[in-house]
Order: sequence, then C-alpha cells, then structure tokens
Amino acid sequence: MVTTLTEASHNMSFDSAVIRRDFPLLAKQIDGKPLVYLDSANTSQKPNAVIDAMANFMRESYAPINRSAYTLAANATEQYEGARAAVAKFINAKSAREIVFTKNATEALNLIVSSWGRANLKTGDVVLLTHMEHHANIVPWQMLQQERGIELRWVPLTSDFQLDLTSLTSLLSGVKVFSFTSMSNVLGTINPVEKLCAAAHAAGAISIVDACQSVPHSPSDVQSWGADFATFSGHKMCGPSGVGVLWGREELLEAMPPFLGGGNMITDVRLDGFTCAELPAKFEAGTPPIAEVVGLGAAVEYLTNIGMANVRQHEISLSSYVLDLLTNRFGDDITIHGPRNPELRGATFSFAFRGIHPHDISQILDQSNVCVRAGHHCAKPLMKIIGANATTRASFYLYNTTTDADTLADALDSASDIF
Amino acid sequence: MPGIEDLYREIILDHYRTPRNRGELPPPAVYSEGNNPLCGDDIRIYLDVADGVVRDVKFSGQGCSISQSSTSMMTVAVKGKTVAEVQAFVRRFKHMMTLTNESETVDESVKLGDIEALQGVVKFPVRIKCATLGWNTLLEALTEAIK
Ligand SMILES: Cc1ncc(COP(=O)(O)O)c(C=O)c1O
Repeated sequence: MVTTLTEASHNMSFDSAVIRRDFPLLAKQIDGKPLVYLDSANTSQKPNAVIDAMANFMRESYAPINRSAYTLAANATEQYEGARAAVAKFINAKSAREIVFTKNATEALNLIVSSWGRANLKTGDVVLLTHMEHHANIVPWQMLQQERGIELRWVPLTSDFQLDLTSLTSLLSGVKVFSFTSMSNVLGTINPVEKLCAAAHAAGAISIVDACQSVPHSPSDVQSWGADFATFSGHKMCGPSGVGVLWGREELLEAMPPFLGGGNMITDVRLDGFTCAELPAKFEAGTPPIAEVVGLGAAVEYLTNIGMANVRQHEISLSSYVLDLLTNRFGDDITIHGPRNPELRGATFSFAFRGIHPHDISQILDQSNVCVRAGHHCAKPLMKIIGANATTRASFYLYNTTTDADTLADALDSASDIF
Repeated sequence: MPGIEDLYREIILDHYRTPRNRGELPPPAVYSEGNNPLCGDDIRIYLDVADGVVRDVKFSGQGCSISQSSTSMMTVAVKGKTVAEVQAFVRRFKHMMTLTNESETVDESVKLGDIEALQGVVKFPVRIKCATLGWNTLLEALTEAIK
C-alpha cells in the first residue's frame, strides 16, 4: 500500500492550492482570516462536484429506488446503482454485487460482526485485533465477546509506532478472524495490508480491513490486498455523511445471514417467514440514503479524476514538510506520536506540545482558524499504550498546502505565549 | 469569535499552574471519579465530611486548564462549608454555567468570589463540560459522604 515516488504516476499538474478552490467552505473567512482545516481524518470537506451532484439529484431526479415502475424512479435507481458501480471500480472489487451501502464504517463493521460473526464464531474462538484500532473495530467484537465468549487477542506496537509483527505467526495460531486498520487514525501509521491478509489466510483466518483512513488517501485494490472484507466511510473521502461502504467477497456475503430486516432486503414475506433478496439488497434494509449514495458516487469520480496516486504523493510530500517544520521549529518541545518516515505514514499527526493540554491547544489554534481535533480520537486503548490521556491531532488532505502547515506552527507558538 | 482572554483569565491560569488541594485523602474520607468521555479527562474528588461540614477536600487526575483550575478553585471555596452550603454553592455555579433549569431555585446571594472568573467559559460552550467536571464529581462524592 505504500506508494513510493517511483511507483506513483506522478502528475505534475497536481496543485493543492488549485484543488482547494473546488471546496467552497475552504474559501470561507472567519474574522477576516482564512480557514485552516486540519481535521480531515475526522471528516473531510466537500467539493462542488459532490455538493452539486446531490443538489441536482434532489432538484431534478429524486425518487424512490427499486420500488416503482415510473421513469423518475427508474432513473433514480440507475443513478444509485451507478454510484455502486463507481465505488466497486474505485477499490477494484470483482463486482458491484460486493458493495453494500451502510450508514458509515461503524455500521459496516457491526454488520460483519453481527452477521458473519454470529454465524461463524462460537465460545472460545479467537479474533485478532491490534493495539491501534478505532473503537469501531473494538467494541462490536467486545459485544460479541459478552454474548458468545469469544477470545480477543491483540497485535502490539513497536517503539516506532508500527505493528510489532515478530510474533504474528504465534498470535495468529488458532485465530478465526484478523481485523485491523489499514492506517491508524491517531498515529498515521500505514499497515502492510497485503502481508497481514496473507498471514491471516495462511493461518486459516479471514481478514477484515478497516480501510476508513486509507481509501480516501491512496489507491485501493481489495483484490490485490487479498482481503475478505473492507469497510470505509463516505464522509472522510469528500463524500457526504450518512453513507458508508462494506465490501466483502461475494461467496462470504452470499453465505451470511441478513443484518437488519425490513423492506428491500426480501424477495418474499409470508406469515410464516421470509426469503432474502439477492446481494447486495439483502444487506440494504429500508430506504437507503439515496442522495448521499449519489454524492458518494460523485466523490469517487472527483477523486478518480485527480488520481489517488497523486493524492498519496501529495500527502507524502506534505508529511515530509510537516515533520521537518515541526521538529526543526520546536525540537524537544513537541512529541509526535507516529512514524518519522513519510513513506510509512499518512498525513495525520498526533502530538504533545510543551505540556499544554490538547483542549487548550485546540482552543488557542481556533483563534487562528486552525481546526484540529483534541482528545482520544476514539482509540482509548491506544492512547493508554502511548501514555497519553489526550493528544492534539492535525490531519491533512488533498486540499491542504504547506501554508496550512506554516499557519499551524505559528499558531502553536501563540499557545506557548499564553501558557 | 469571543476573545481568548475571556477564557484564560489570570486567576484561572494561576490555579492551573499552581493547583490548590491536589492530592488524596485516606479513608474514612470518600472519593468519587468523574470523566469527560469527549476528551478522556478524568478527575477524582476526595471528601472528608464530619458533622455535616466539609473538613477537607482534595483532587487528583488529569485535565485541561479549565477543568483543573475550576476544580482547584472549587476545593478552596468549599472547605469548611456545611453540606447545605456546598449544595447551594454548586447550584449557584451551575447557574452561572447556564446549566440550571427554570424550576430550580438558585440563591443569588451566594457569592462565588474568584470563581466568577470562569464566567467567560460560557462563551465557549464546548468548554462548559470541562469547567463543571469537578463540580459534578464533588456532588457525587457529597452524596456518598452523607449516605
Ligand atoms: C480507523 C477508523 N475506523 C473507523 C472509523 C469510524 O468511522 P465512522 O465514524 O464514519 O463510522 C473511523 C473514524 O474516525 C476511523 O478513523
């Protein structure tokens, strides 16, 4: 997954200052100062392409999907299914039938645990997770643990914030599922997805990739990953909130019981039972987020036009700039919790600064319109392991520039003035 | 945007840099734990109540300048007060933080003293939770102490 300089089809025309203009909210000024949005690991801003696609859809084409014969509804269904095909292509799924729209990545992970997990795991079965998981890839398993008595095992970290894979083979012994993040939302660490999936399979386990933090930032190819399931959220990849994606290998999805029951997921309902619909409708009970799916389709098209290899390349350069800037300027006053090598990380930086509490830092940065997240980033077990109650996190995306990084550094200086 | 100086008043920074009554109290003092799930801050309030009077109070834990200084100032203020006085005092503080509802009676004659400096927090609504963390925890410890 690590895109190196030589591999990337480096596009000289990629210019984040130009891309920025596609995002109307980033042109906003507060108190006469520009907005410096550094919270994209949390949720990304939206380009006109997405905003317009959704508004146009609601103005011109909005209708129910899959239910009605009239032309308007048929066209809406076509757009909805078009988005599914676009998402499938974006992550190189074998077919659009393998793409299930959910509310977000959290729901997608819960779907896997609840449906696949309940059907396949029993008391004593082992699930392997890592110490750098988001709560969304921990709590659903703990819920199943309470219900079923499954065992949870954890891959620890090395001192340079990578997964410690030295004991992977023994950790994987007897494991049924290995579920891990492709990139830590706290540390920025990019995990070797192919290698981890291969190790899981060699041990007879299935692999689940929480791809929430990597799909928006680098090329994704679920087939070459060799994964069984992957999950991500639309809102972190220039799409709207309210839609997420579960990708799963067709054989697995086919064999799984439904998750939510209701309309759209059945072909027949009788007083004595029901018959499930085919994939992917089987997992899309009820009226889905129609306009949001259309918006996600537009986001995928937008990112594809820019080129995910270019996005990754930009973030490697920016990471390199940010790491140099912060360490040269602040030295020992700043502790960055994450890898130093820009090739091994995304542009998400969690840090401690001069002993000032992250809440106070983010409050002071807000005076310069610098938007960062302070807290535990929904990864409390990881926070405990790195020895922090909370960190400040600045996360960059395709529309961020080196100027944004400079403003961050200047604003950090003003935090020291107050404390 | 409200000015940051409304939030970080000198007295607040002073209590943050040099917190008063930090530490623990052994039993028979009671303690309660509070945390702010949003930011992972946690606080422990130790309370020694005898004959209906707060004899001693201490706090431990981690948090931002607002939660730490608010708790520090609170401990100074409640030491020596009766249980009823403490309850009225907390209500008065929560009223300042815009957290009381209309049906609750707030004794406006209760003086908050230095703690008035936290008034500016109201302009930063996300921080109200930080300012009240120690106070809610104190109420829990108080309930425990008079049980
Ligand atoms: C690694 C990771 N997994 C899962 C999630 C959950 O995403 P959502 O809140 O969109 O369901 C996030 C979001 O922060 C994340 O960073």
